[in-house]
Amino acid sequence: MGTEGRIYLYPKWLRAWHGLNALGIIVLIFTGINMQYASPDFQLMRFDLAIRFHNIAGVLVAVSYLLFFIGNLVSSNGTFYQIKLKGLRNRLFLQIRYYAYGMFKKEECPFPVSEKRKFNPLQKYSYIAVMYVFVPLVIISGIALLFPELIITEVYGVSGVFLTALLHASVGFLISIFLIVHVYVASVGKSPFKNYRSIITGWHE
Amino acid sequence: MRTYYRNIVTAFLLFTGFSSTAEDQNQCLKCHGNHIYSIHNEWTERTEKRLMNPYFVIDSVRMSAGVHQSFSCTDCHSTDYGTYPHNGELKLEPMAGCLDCHGGDEKYASYQFEKIEEEFGKSVHAQACGDAFTCSKCHDQHYYQVTARNSESVTGIVRYSNEMCLSCHDNMQKYQLLSEGQKPELVEAHSWLPNKNLHFEHVRCIECHTEVVDSLMISHNIMPKENAVKRCVECHTADSRLKASLYKYQNLQSRSENGMMGNILSNESYVIGAYRNPLLNWGSILIFCVVLLGVSVHIIFRIIKK
Ligand code: HEC
Ligand code: HEC
Ligand code: HEC
Ligand code: HEC
Ligand code: HEC
Ligand code: HEC
Ligand code: HEC
Ligand code: HEM
Repeated sequence: MGTEGRIYLYPKWLRAWHGLNALGIIVLIFTGINMQYASPDFQLMRFDLAIRFHNIAGVLVAVSYLLFFIGNLVSSNGTFYQIKLKGLRNRLFLQIRYYAYGMFKKEECPFPVSEKRKFNPLQKYSYIAVMYVFVPLVIISGIALLFPELIITEVYGVSGVFLTALLHASVGFLISIFLIVHVYVASVGKSPFKNYRSIITGWHE
Repeated sequence: MRTYYRNIVTAFLLFTGFSSTAEDQNQCLKCHGNHIYSIHNEWTERTEKRLMNPYFVIDSVRMSAGVHQSFSCTDCHSTDYGTYPHNGELKLEPMAGCLDCHGGDEKYASYQFEKIEEEFGKSVHAQACGDAFTCSKCHDQHYYQVTARNSESVTGIVRYSNEMCLSCHDNMQKYQLLSEGQKPELVEAHSWLPNKNLHFEHVRCIECHTEVVDSLMISHNIMPKENAVKRCVECHTADSRLKASLYKYQNLQSRSENGMMGNILSNESYVIGAYRNPLLNWGSILIFCVVLLGVSVHIIFRIIKK
């Protein structure tokens, strides 16, 4: 823990990004499911509204991603996203062991939060994967679907738009899986709601 | 009338080997093939160049790709057109319609001309304009090509079909030949449809404006606009109505078997909601359940071990 038990972990811009991003992604998942599984008998909302909200939320997420990307370039927050391969497997194992076993035995967590180390290894590498691979992929494929004339028309007899859409939906699915785990794991801690409060106030207690 | 033309057809089929179509056509095309034609004026004794009415220009390249390519002009038009200036009476010459030649002919049974005529008779066009709206308004007898039946390209079929409608609905003069009213603006009428241009390139007008008739290759009953398809999910779903219309053709099916995914919908278009791959579907549901199960077990342990 920090010197006074409280660390300022999430600066304003980061919280703003996180709020917009979370809102956008939740709308995207909801409307996306509604489009992928559209049928006259299954409709959470009207198809054309789903399309419109999906487009708006997509633009929102893309713009807020820029905020995140630039923020991490210019501020010190970027240092939490630096890959260090040496001993990585061991660190991941320690953290997994903690979640699966240690925490029930009231063991100390192997990578406690500090000013130098905001994330434990599992958090860090899942964030890196999501923020630097998955989210950019959905954004790029989404922009392509918004402007289909940008896409190669045919690849080995299969429509380029189709392949792009397949990629888009698959990565979107992986992000939904991330979201479930992410939201759940954030409840692990001294009290289940502590982390949710942190991402709103910025202070880790 | 019909028997008269049926005789033409029979005669045509018998003698087509003897007549030299190209030469006959050239006789007319030397004037009707270009925007400028020349005549020898016997009064002034000079050769003069004149402008051809653009609607009377015949595109011989398109004609030679059409179903009636082996006809000479005078198989359908009077041989009196051989002289110029044409006899004024000829303007009133009745022209044969599709049914006059094809009606009741076994050879063309697979096209179901009679059934098409019946369906067309119910359409808004026939109802509003009566006999003035002939089949030739959509199917130019000079150029008509059978497309949906033969083509292997969905976009090609769509373009060919939609150009038929747009040749009139986008052309004030042609439209007003048939209607006193103002031509409705298609852009406004379809403003509710997002990506309108994309849709018009990938679905045919008749997809939304006709009732699907399973026994017909191409539904010919254009319904009043109130009955047009407006609900997105009619197409954007696994059981898309496009499967019963645009994508039902054998020629497209066979192509998709050679295609990579064996799925016709994926070859040229992506219709949101219409593609369902069982492997991906069940795979994703499985992953989703495993994650939920993992989370639940973890929660239970957290409660027990508190
Ligand atoms: C010397 C030039 C010339 C030749 C050759 C010629 N035409 Fe024409 N044709 C014209 C012109 C000019 C018009 C428009 C003026 C008119 O209607 O007389 C016309 C008009 C027509 C029309 C439209 C009549 C109407 O008003 O609806 C038809 C049909 C037609 N021609 C058919 C033929 C056929 C078939 C041949 C060949 C057997 C032929 N023409 C040969 C010059 C020619
Ligand atoms: C299969 C029958 C058929 C053949 C072959 C044919 N025509 Fe026609 N043609 C028609 C019909 C039917 C019309 C009347 C179109 C209408 O009413 O919309 C027509 C109309 C025309 C017109 C008037 C244009 C118009 O829109 O009214 C011209 C000029 C013409 N034909 C020239 C020719 C020439 C030249 C050839 C030979 C190269 C030819 N046609 C071959 C059936 C034929
Ligand atoms: C003057 C008689 C005549 C008229 C009018 C006529 N056709 Fe034909 N059509 C024929 C003949 C004869 C053939 C066969 C040509 C050949 O085999 O080269 C034919 C061929 C066809 C074919 C190709 C059949 C095949 O399987 O190869 C189609 C389709 C067709 N016509 C449709 C139409 C349509 C649609 C109309 C009206 C817009 C029409 N025809 C008007 C006489 C006519
Ligand atoms: C409003 C426009 C329109 C009118 C009017 C119309 N058709 Fe069609 N027709 C089409 C379209 C569009 C197609 C599809 C063209 C394609 O892809 O081959 C078609 C296709 C056809 C075909 C080919 C069907 C097949 O099985 O391949 C025939 C034959 C035909 N029409 C005959 C007729 C006859 C006969 C009439 C008059 C009774 C008529 N059509 C009137 C629009 C029209
Ligand atoms: C996705 C379905 C769809 C497609 C594709 C489509 N339409 Fe429509 N169209 C409609 C609907 C629904 C209406 C009625 C709109 C309304 O009443 O607000 C309509 C209206 C119209 C009207 C009547 C306009 C008026 O105000 O009187 C015309 C004409 C028309 N369409 C022609 C076409 C043509 C031509 C094409 C192809 C280029 C086409 N449509 C493609 C669904 C469609
Ligand atoms: C030669 C001209 C012409 C062609 C080709 C044509 N139309 Fe039309 N269409 C008209 C006219 C004229 C009207 C208006 C009829 C009336 O007065 O109500 C009309 C009306 C309509 C309407 C509106 C009906 C309503 O309820 O107001 C629709 C929809 C339509 N057409 C669709 C089509 C489609 C789809 C095609 C192609 C397959 C097509 N049209 C081809 C001339 C044409
Ligand atoms: C007649 C069938 C039909 C109807 C009705 C229809 N669509 Fe489509 N739509 C298609 C097809 C086919 C495509 C695929 C275009 C392509 O190949 O890229 C498409 C594509 C789209 C796209 C673009 C996807 C991309 O690749 O960017 C959107 C967005 C869309 N539709 C929304 C709608 C909405 C909203 C409605 C209802 C208001 C609707 N559609 C009604 C057939 C239809
Ligand atoms: C799919 C959309 C989301 C993505 C991509 C995402 C991503 C992230 C990232 C990268 C961080 C670390 C930020 C940093 O400090 O640099 C973070 C933190 C956090 N997020 Fe999210 N998030 C998403 C949705 C949500 C939602 C919906 C909630 C809550 C309901 C949430 C709760 C939290 C919490 C509590 C933290 C701080 C705790 C921690 O560091 O793990 N997130 N998120």
